[in-house]
Amino acid sequence: MAIRSFFLFILFFSSSLSPVFSLYEDQVGLMDWHQQYIGKVKQAVFSSQRAGRKRVVVSTEENVIASLDLRHGEIFWRHLLGADDVIDGIDIGLGKYVITLSSGGSILRSWNLPDGQMVWESSLQGPKHSKSFLLVPTNLKFDKDNVLVVFSNGRLHAISCIDGEVLWKKDFEAESFEVQQVIQPPGSDLIYVVGFAASYQFEMYQINAKNGELLKHESASFSSGFSGEVSLVSTETVVALDSTGSILLTISFQDGKISSQQTPISNLVEESLGPAVIIPSSVSGIFAIKTDAVTVFIRVIGEGKLEVVEKTTHEIAVSDALSISEDQEAFALIQHASSEIHLTVKLAHDWDGNLLKESVKMDRQRGLVHKVFINNYIRTDRSYGFRVLIVMEDHSLLLLQQGEIVWSREDGLASIIDVTTSELPVERNGVSVAKVEHNLFEWLKGHMLKLKGTLMLASPEDMAAIQSMRLKSSEKSKMTRDHNGFRKLLIVLTRAGKLFALHTGDGRIVWSHLLRSLHKSEACQSPIGLNLYQWQVPHHHAMDENPSVLVVSRCGPSSDAPGVLSFVDTYTGKELSSLSLDHAVVQVIPLPYTDSTEQRLHLLINADKHAHLYPKTSEALSIFKREFLNIYWYSVEDQNGIIKGHALKCKCTGEVADEFCFDTRDLWSVVFPSESEKIVATVTRKLNEVVHTQAKVVADQDVMYKYISRNLLFVATVAPKGSGEIGSVTPEESWLVAYLIDTVTGRILHRVTHHGLQGPVHAVFSENWVVYHYFNLRAHRYEMSVIEIYDQSRADNKDVWKLVLGKHNLTSPISLFSRPEVITKSQSYFFTHSLKAIAVTSTAKGITSKQLLLGTIGDQVLALDKRFLDPRRTVNPTQAEKEEGIIPLTDSLPIIPQSYVTHALRVEGLRGIITVPAKLESTTLVFAHGVDLFFTQLAPSRTYDSLTEDFSYALLLITIVALVAAIFVTWRLSERKELQEKWSFYSAFASQSTFSSLFLCDN
Amino acid sequence: MAPIARLLLLALLPTALTISSGSGDGYTINGRVKIPQGLGTKGFALPGKTSNVKVILNGGQIVTYLRPDGYFSFQNIPAGTHLIEVAAIGYFFSPVRVDVSARNPGKVQAALTENRRGLSELVLEPLRDEQYYEIREPFSIMSVVKSPMGLMVGFMLVVVFLMPKLVENMDPEEMRRAQEEMRNQGVPSLASLLPGGGRN
Repeated sequence: MAIRSFFLFILFFSSSLSPVFSLYEDQVGLMDWHQQYIGKVKQAVFSSQRAGRKRVVVSTEENVIASLDLRHGEIFWRHLLGADDVIDGIDIGLGKYVITLSSGGSILRSWNLPDGQMVWESSLQGPKHSKSFLLVPTNLKFDKDNVLVVFSNGRLHAISCIDGEVLWKKDFEAESFEVQQVIQPPGSDLIYVVGFAASYQFEMYQINAKNGELLKHESASFSSGFSGEVSLVSTETVVALDSTGSILLTISFQDGKISSQQTPISNLVEESLGPAVIIPSSVSGIFAIKTDAVTVFIRVIGEGKLEVVEKTTHEIAVSDALSISEDQEAFALIQHASSEIHLTVKLAHDWDGNLLKESVKMDRQRGLVHKVFINNYIRTDRSYGFRVLIVMEDHSLLLLQQGEIVWSREDGLASIIDVTTSELPVERNGVSVAKVEHNLFEWLKGHMLKLKGTLMLASPEDMAAIQSMRLKSSEKSKMTRDHNGFRKLLIVLTRAGKLFALHTGDGRIVWSHLLRSLHKSEACQSPIGLNLYQWQVPHHHAMDENPSVLVVSRCGPSSDAPGVLSFVDTYTGKELSSLSLDHAVVQVIPLPYTDSTEQRLHLLINADKHAHLYPKTSEALSIFKREFLNIYWYSVEDQNGIIKGHALKCKCTGEVADEFCFDTRDLWSVVFPSESEKIVATVTRKLNEVVHTQAKVVADQDVMYKYISRNLLFVATVAPKGSGEIGSVTPEESWLVAYLIDTVTGRILHRVTHHGLQGPVHAVFSENWVVYHYFNLRAHRYEMSVIEIYDQSRADNKDVWKLVLGKHNLTSPISLFSRPEVITKSQSYFFTHSLKAIAVTSTAKGITSKQLLLGTIGDQVLALDKRFLDPRRTVNPTQAEKEEGIIPLTDSLPIIPQSYVTHALRVEGLRGIITVPAKLESTTLVFAHGVDLFFTQLAPSRTYDSLTEDFSYALLLITIVALVAAIFVTWRLSERKELQEKWSFYSAFASQSTFSSLFLCDN
Repeated sequence: MAPIARLLLLALLPTALTISSGSGDGYTINGRVKIPQGLGTKGFALPGKTSNVKVILNGGQIVTYLRPDGYFSFQNIPAGTHLIEVAAIGYFFSPVRVDVSARNPGKVQAALTENRRGLSELVLEPLRDEQYYEIREPFSIMSVVKSPMGLMVGFMLVVVFLMPKLVENMDPEEMRRAQEEMRNQGVPSLASLLPGGGRN
């Protein structure tokens, strides 16, 4: 009964239907923060406008085009293109339009430079796939209109810069022709298209830029063939490498005649270098070749003569050429030296003279310089100054000017792979009394101000003071653990292999660490970070140890590449150790066991299905041995449509004695028919989810028992035809099948087929329910379905007497080997938007009701109460059901704008939503990441266990003071009244007595 | 821009074409997003921040932006049924179902999926504004009175000032009678509450 009443109590709190998450506009930024990023910069173009603010337009690997303030690095405007709309080139046309070429050269767009409004868009088709080039010649005019030259999909286009109309086009249909360069010599009306045909023939086309007429076509064959890219050393000369990578070919096509010269690299450089590649650069007269160890800069001195100008073993990055005057070109060169980088700016024709030489201290954690972009400005003394924009290994963007870093952007955070959290250190005692008193005074003052605010007495200055006070409340950004568990560290792993710790209070970067193990090395050519796990969470024991995380990565894109583990301290960001494994990592299973130092046991499954135990200590082994027979896991092969269950067998056989390696056996497998079903989604419950109670009190004082098992897997399959885009399939030939599978026994507990449905499927599993989102082809709308699973074997425990007499089976052990008696309930509803991500709130004890967090296609996060997805909803709920909080059934789920967690913000490019429970039961922390980051606190049933931030302590104080004053006043009043009464009595008595005395006297 | 838009308009007006067969292998869907300026005004000029309005085909397959006049187009679209969504902060747009027919190109088949309303032209208008914030109610004396503390103070005032007045205003005889009555009735016994108790 106590549980029941407690439930009613909870229901009382959660029964109001108004949007639970609602925010006043002045509360923005109190508990949430939002950070905007752009991703790793691919290309940068400086705006050459003399007037106005200096800008740089960049395109990034996240498909973002953005205009940045050159002074501070802030974003003026930014657009995220579609996921398949990869940007091939950007440039600025007419000084006011940003031109972007994307989607493999098939979409050309123009954007207004000041405000980012799209001006026009044109689609460019062509006969075949090819490299794409975007040229914006400055002097090529066509009826007062600037012309853009675009080569894409085997076709050359001339396009008007003003309205995007195609002026003329020219096809290059020859089957084997591969374009390498498109050149438009300044000051002429010619366009050269050069490329290779059949890999040994050099082709050159000369085209009239006015009308696209083919003027000349020359070709020459080179028996040695070509490899890699070509480098343009002048408007009429290119340098290429032969197929062996050891001979340089200098090909010039002056006046339409092809002449060439071959120079073996060994003639230029004494020692043998091995095969080289050309580093593409646009600096005239100079090109660079790179081998494994050495980078060589080579100058072309007329008539194809080559000369080595510099040879370096340092890591080096070169910018494109910047024309600074009529016939002068400058370029920037960056070389690494231990903790510094050396920036030199040189003139193209004068290698030995430096225009600029600076050294800048560089944080080791940023890694190597990947790209350099140079820009010049005119100093007050009319000389040239240079600034360079550099892109680092960790994807950050920095502006260097006069030997200093002017600004930096941590754009690595735009590509987060995985997120975990860590607690902050516990606060040590030693807070002085004086500080507290000072704080008390400040605190009172603050609350008086707030009271003034609520009473509408505050002046505008006061209002501003209140707002700023609220926003920068030092409480929330402290570096210690708080009582409510709101302050934590978000540990994020980015694609660049850098680990960041973000403070949940204000989103600042506490530390960042470029993982050494994710550095390119001899043994590990292209390391990729995979996942983050909590390795050590000191809780009861080992309190003086710092928590640490495990980063799992592997050396290459294929799943059988060897794995790398690194362990990072989450307080300091130091890499404690790293392990290069001799086996691959296909699956990582965090086990629910910890050793005496609270290190969590992890099982790593390799490609040959051997299980490896970490940490490799004897203690871990003994714990593991104890639980040896209780460890089960499953694997999903979505290519083959097979789900398999596994268990451990024995120690590894055949290999060298490794007591931490175990053989595994397959327990069961579910094979989906490949011609009719394709796995599109699998979800399980979160490992750390807490469920408060198994019982669910329904109307009529009835109880239902949730089927709660950690081993349930939800699998959604669709017809193979229907796994493509929407509209590619008819409702008749498409279906979706949802399964609930027990991962220990492989038993299918529930299976339901929906006809006329299509993916993509997004699903979330929590407690005893799963919610999934898909597309309904018949209604042509998105739908969401809920399946709840209940345990029937306990259903007859409703009788109170049975419970009192102990005749219930609530404490009987649950075995997955006995066939569970379960019933499922499900219901479907329409939902308006496409989804990008779905998550569910999680709280510390699991008492608070749940909300679904839906990442919509508009990059917003919507909180939707789970009660809207309750299969027991009916059109006309009875009175008892209404009291229970059941909402009348509607065909679609409501979208209440106030329940957007992200309010008026967008988490551009949303990829994932993570919820973390706070210590306070009512509150959950939500972190949404994509290109942007967003963090907030949510209270799905309002903060019933603490006072809200709005609570006016001053009003409380005033009330108490008023009450005390009133008590005193009334006390005084009553006292006076009493006195008066006494006096009147006394006076009456006195008069009587005098009278009597007189009387007596008279006698 | 202008000439193309005009051309489009010319092509659109007589037949209200929204789908035209493009030059490539697919079709082109042309449409327009209209955001009414303010409430009540019928002016269809787009307000300042249209540069961030995204038009999304088939849940993210293609994303495009609006031109200054609100037009957008998707090119190289295969025949079939497609879904267009508009993502604009501050407005709620219904997704639109667009049928691109291979047999008779030019036939308009567009419908809002939220309310199944057919569209003769592919002109997308928001169904409603979205207000993301609660409106803070201005301070009123009633809200203070209604708050728990206000009620507390109010109750206290009633007890302190009104109760003595009530007692005072009572007729002394009536008071005596009431007191006597209470004494006679005594403590309400459990028996009197039971259903059978009343009859005795």
